[in-house]
Parts: sequence; structure tokens; C-alpha cells
Amino acid sequence: MMTLNEDQRLLQDSVRPFMAEEGAIKKQLRYWRDINCADGFGHSLWKQFAELGLTGIMIPENQGGAGLGSVEAGILLEEIGRNLTPSPFLTTAVAAVRALQGSALAERWFPGILAGETVAALAIEEGKHHDPANIALDARRQGNGFVLDGAKQFVVQGGSADFILVAARTGGSPNETAGLTLFAVERGAAGLEVENTQLADSSWAARLKFDKVALDADAVVGEVDNGWEPLSRALNAGRAGAAAELVGVAAGASELTFEYLKQRKQFGKLIGEFQALQHRAAHLYGEIEIARAASLKAAQLLDAGDEKAEMFVSVAKAKSGRVSALAVQEGVQMHGGIGMTDEHDIGLFMKREVVLSELFGSPRFHAARVAELSGY
Amino acid sequence: MADLDSFRSETRSWLEANCPAEMRTPMRGEKDLCWGGRHFQFQSGAQKQWLDVMASRGWTVPDWPTEYGGGGLSPAEAKILKEEMRSLGCRPPLTSFGISMLGPALLKFGNEEQKKKYLTEIARGEIRWCQGYSEPGAGSDLAGLQTKAEDKGDHYLVNGQKVWTSYADQADWIFCLVRTSTESKHGGISFLLFDMESPGVSTKPILLISGNSPFCETFFDDVQVPKDQLVGEENKGWDVAKYLLGHEREMISGMGLGSGVGTGASGVMLGPVAKPEDPLLRAEIAAFDVDALAFAAMSERFIDQLKAGEAHPAMPSMMKYAGTELNKRRNELIMAAGGSDALEWESEQSKGGKPARDWLRSKANSIEGGTSEIQLGIVAKHILRLPGA
Repeated sequence: MMTLNEDQRLLQDSVRPFMAEEGAIKKQLRYWRDINCADGFGHSLWKQFAELGLTGIMIPENQGGAGLGSVEAGILLEEIGRNLTPSPFLTTAVAAVRALQGSALAERWFPGILAGETVAALAIEEGKHHDPANIALDARRQGNGFVLDGAKQFVVQGGSADFILVAARTGGSPNETAGLTLFAVERGAAGLEVENTQLADSSWAARLKFDKVALDADAVVGEVDNGWEPLSRALNAGRAGAAAELVGVAAGASELTFEYLKQRKQFGKLIGEFQALQHRAAHLYGEIEIARAASLKAAQLLDAGDEKAEMFVSVAKAKSGRVSALAVQEGVQMHGGIGMTDEHDIGLFMKREVVLSELFGSPRFHAARVAELSGY
Repeated sequence: MADLDSFRSETRSWLEANCPAEMRTPMRGEKDLCWGGRHFQFQSGAQKQWLDVMASRGWTVPDWPTEYGGGGLSPAEAKILKEEMRSLGCRPPLTSFGISMLGPALLKFGNEEQKKKYLTEIARGEIRWCQGYSEPGAGSDLAGLQTKAEDKGDHYLVNGQKVWTSYADQADWIFCLVRTSTESKHGGISFLLFDMESPGVSTKPILLISGNSPFCETFFDDVQVPKDQLVGEENKGWDVAKYLLGHEREMISGMGLGSGVGTGASGVMLGPVAKPEDPLLRAEIAAFDVDALAFAAMSERFIDQLKAGEAHPAMPSMMKYAGTELNKRRNELIMAAGGSDALEWESEQSKGGKPARDWLRSKANSIEGGTSEIQLGIVAKHILRLPGA
């Protein structure tokens, strides 16, 4: 069924007002931005998430979590998107948790995540475009452990993270999924240089340099040379989650815009009376509904372990990226001059959209993936 | 759940036993559809047999009540039947405007006698219906219709003209919007049913840019219609009309889902160009497939929302708009992928100009059943509640 069940509806009913209140733009995004906080988010909110059981939403029940899936995480992420709430939820509670799931390192890191004390980051990208198999960062064996050399970029919240999941090459050649190994690298590891950079949406991501960073063998997530497996889990969950958040960004931007159409007067009329704007608004509404359906479908297939999940995750990420871009572009345009000001929130949606659309693969990347998975 | 599982396995074995092999081959086009009706020429014995066995089980209209010839299936069972038919490759036993448009309206607005008579005939494929809505002066502004029905005591006397009447020349009966009062635009419309063989009814096919004539002009010259063939109350036909339009829009929106023309996630590709060499074409097809698959998810969600009573009443307009625009894009891509092969109009290799004719036909999708602009206006007014819409 492509409707929410009762438990999912209850979750939505509880997180929607919570995020609108506690995660509001003024209280979180603008606040941390305006005091130049180098995390870009509030640890106190992360703690509140934990108190509500949200940080462990995808952690198995026997490890203290709620044991829920991408559908439930998506419900929360749509509200996060709608309010532009900065938090480590997507990378830590969704992507990193899925990567660690079932590995020995879960015991090491899950308690901190459950308590809202631990933040994780994912270090995958080595170039400016998402290309998760194209990894050159070198991990060679040394004694019982490994030594890492290379560089990563677009490591979201890498400057705030207590540990970073690093995709490195232990075998094979660049562009091969075999021969990758996923490592959990702790904050402050010797030889790890972290350059924290602020992005357009005032979130923070890091560029990392690994100079002979020595790791114990127990830093390996899963098996050596088989890092693609935990990495794929993280990517699928991260992409589906980002899609849900993008739907929220689109919904938030469009709600502001539709409201504005009912308030702003020009030529003695509400601008929402003009058919030129009505039809564009109606088109946008439909596209957001479609993106929401695609995102829900992807999450459901992922949770069910369906073989079509990968395809639909890409459909959802591509569609929600495109639709969210449409929503923020129409949003700023329909707001006119006020939409260009920092004072108004609509521009913040535009800035969040551009970052989130790139994260875990742009719409172009995912459309190409749909073509590949379809055999053309 | 166990009940549904056993329903699924029973359904599957019944279909395997009763669906003739020929009816499990892919359809070659519209000509393989079974429309039923008084004068329908069955393509084969198998086509007739398939209709008969399905109709006797009520499965031409699986979710209608059994007393009106339906299968009485729950939404979940009807979905299973559909899935099993799809997985076995069973053709639809019967396609008709009676099933997709008139039936749902009669179920809601018809009296008991009307439901018994007309729904049963529809379920069995005995009567083929056409829709008398648009007029030369009433297209997008449908409620401006002028076809007049005068009260003559025991009957209405109908005079006027309809246009874009799909398959009127092959239909047995018509469901028709007529003006019974000039005092109010929307409040002067009534919903009548009558036999196309009634004296005074004539039709004239319209030749379209596709070279085909699926639509007709339909003329009424002193047609007498018995009063018991009025559906709902006199002057309240607009409610019936709108309800029926919602179903028509749902049906048309389904065309955006593609019909498996070749390879590719949503059936964009033509056989001979399975792998597009042109990277720009590949990119366009991929972008289309993203939209088509996302829309498929939306269709599934919309149907589930309808069943759960959660769908906004104006959602069919959004679906119709999105689905038809998608289908037009799909046909544009088929033409692009086909190159000069797709330009041939009569040849055997082009199956009688199928790509080009389908492409031209698709242009009507965003006009018929209310234009895209009308649908966007409905969404703006009823969902977004924009001022003055």
C-alpha cells in the first residue's frame, strides 16, 4: 500500500509539530549561521532527537533502537527538509547506521548515536561529482592494520564528526567496486588533516587529507575488499533519505510561495489571481506529489529488500532533485524582489536544495543510473 | 492475509485454465481490443470465449457488486486479479466506456432499475456506450452546452449536436448531457441515456491528423427519450457529469504509463534502436524514464489513496494533466528514436505508420477530457485555493 500505516501516521503526527517548533528556521538554521557556529547545527537538538528515540530510528531493536526503516526515516526527513533543520540525522542516523549495521563496529558506535552524543560523517567523494566507485584513496596493509593516504572532499559534517566512514582502496583499480574497504576513522587520528568549509546553504563539509594515517584492523567495517557492501547500504539509505528531505524542501518552499500568491497585490489584484502564475503553481503542486510518491516507493522497496529498490532509489533521488529545483526557482521568481533578500526565507530553500541535490548524486547521475540499470 | 494468498493461487489456476492461449499474446494495437456491443465483430473465437468466461464470473468488472453483473471483489482482491492477469499476460476481456466512465456514475447516481439493467449489460459486453459531452460551442467551457431536451410529458424531445463523440458510429447507446433549463448554466443540465438507433440520431466520423476517425459529430433531430432514462434529478446532471469526468480523467491519466513498446524502463524505445548511440537522445530518454517511473509510483499511490478515501476530489485533474503530458513526451521520444523509419505512413515495417499515427493521436490526450489548462485551473482553484481561480 502506498499510503502510510497507522504507526507511520502517528510518527508523522508527532514529528511534524516537533520539527516546526524546535527545528524552525529561526531557531536552528539562522541561529547557528548567524553566530558562526562551525558545526552549522545544534548539538542540543541532536540530543532532543535522541530523547524522542529518533537517532536510533534505524538501529535494530536488539541494539536499543526502534528497528524501523527508510519509510519512517523519510517521514522525519521530509519534516527536516520542510523546516531546513540542520542536523546530523541523514548522515549519522541513516547512512552511517546502515553502513555499520551487522558489523562489529555497531557495538562501538551505536550507543553514542542512540544517546545523541555521537556524530558520524561519510567520506566517499574524491572529485567534484558523486562517483562512489571511483576511489583512489590508498589503504595498504601494515602489520596488523592499515595505512591510509589520499584525499576526500564534500564530507558533510566531517569537521564535527566523532568518526568518519572512509571508503578506501585495498585492491582492484579505480572505478571497480571490488577491492574497496570501508574504514571507521576516529576524530583526531594522527595524520588526518581536516579543512572545514562552509557551503552555500551554511552547512559545513570538510576536505580531508590522509597522510600515513595508521588504523587497526578493527577499524574495518565488514570485510576487507568488500567495502562496497556496507557502502551500498549507506548509499541506498542516504539517497532515499536525501530524496525524502528534498521533497520536504520542495514542499516547504512551495507552501511559502502559494501563501505569498494569496497575499501579494499588484495592479490592484492578488497575484494569485493571474492565470500565468496559477498554472505554474498547479504544475509545481503536481510535481511535488509525484516526487513524494517516488520517494515513498523507493523507501518501501528498500525496506522490503526488493530487487527493484536500486532503480527506484535513483528515480526518487533524480525526481526529487529536479522537482525541488523547480520549487525553489519558482519560489524565488514568484516572490520577486523580496525573494532575493536574505531576510526572507525562500532563498534559504534555494541554497539548501542545491547542496542536497548534489549529495549522494545529482539528478543527472541518477538518471544515467536509471539508464544503465534499464540496459541502455 | 492467508485468504488473499489462497485467492491469489485460485485466481491464477482459474486464469491458466480459462484464458485461451491466443488471449495471452501481446495485443498488436487498438484493433485487438474487445469493445463488445450489438455489432462487435470478434477477431476470433478465442476473443469471444475469453469475454464469455470472464463475464460469467463477473470479472469484466471485478469490483462491481454481483447483483449488477460484477465480481463483488474487495479492492485487495481486484488488485490481485489485475496483477495475476498481468503476470500471465492476459488481455483485458472487455474495454468500454461503460466500464470506465458510465458504470461508476450509475453506481453512484442511478436508481435501482437503471443499475440492474444498464450495469448488467455493460458487464456482459452487450451494449457499447459513447459519451455525448462536447459541442461545437462547448469545449473547455462544457457547461455552456446547448443541446436541448424539452419536457413532452412522458418523454424528452432532444435536438442539437455533439462533437468529439468517441466511436459514436459504432456505439449502441449514448450517455448525453442536455439542457433542460436555460435559467442557470450549471443548474440547467441533465444526464440522459438513449439508444443510438432512436429515430433522429445520426453520426458523421471526423477525419483526424492521424488519418484515423475515432471521433464523430453526432446529430439529434427530434429524438424522443423516455423519461425513465434520466439519471439523477432533472437539472442536476452537472454533478453526474463532473463525477464521470473524474473517472474519465483517471482512465486517460493511465496512458502516461506507457505500453511497453520496446526496451527501456518505461517502454520508450523502438525495437531497432535498443541502445541509442546518440548520447543526447539517451539522456532525454533517461530523464523521461525517471519521470515515467515516478509517475507510475504516483499512480499506485493515487489508487491506494482513492481506496482509502484520502484522495482530494480534484486529484484526477492533476493525474490527467501529468499523465497526458508524459504520454505526449513519450511519443515525441519514440519519433526521435525512430528517425526516418518512424516517418513512414503506410509501410509494413512501420506497422502501417504506427509510430507517426500514435504520435499524432497522443496530441489529443491533453485536449480530450478537459485540456491541460482546464486541469491546471481546477488544481489551482480546488487544491491550492488560489484567489479568483
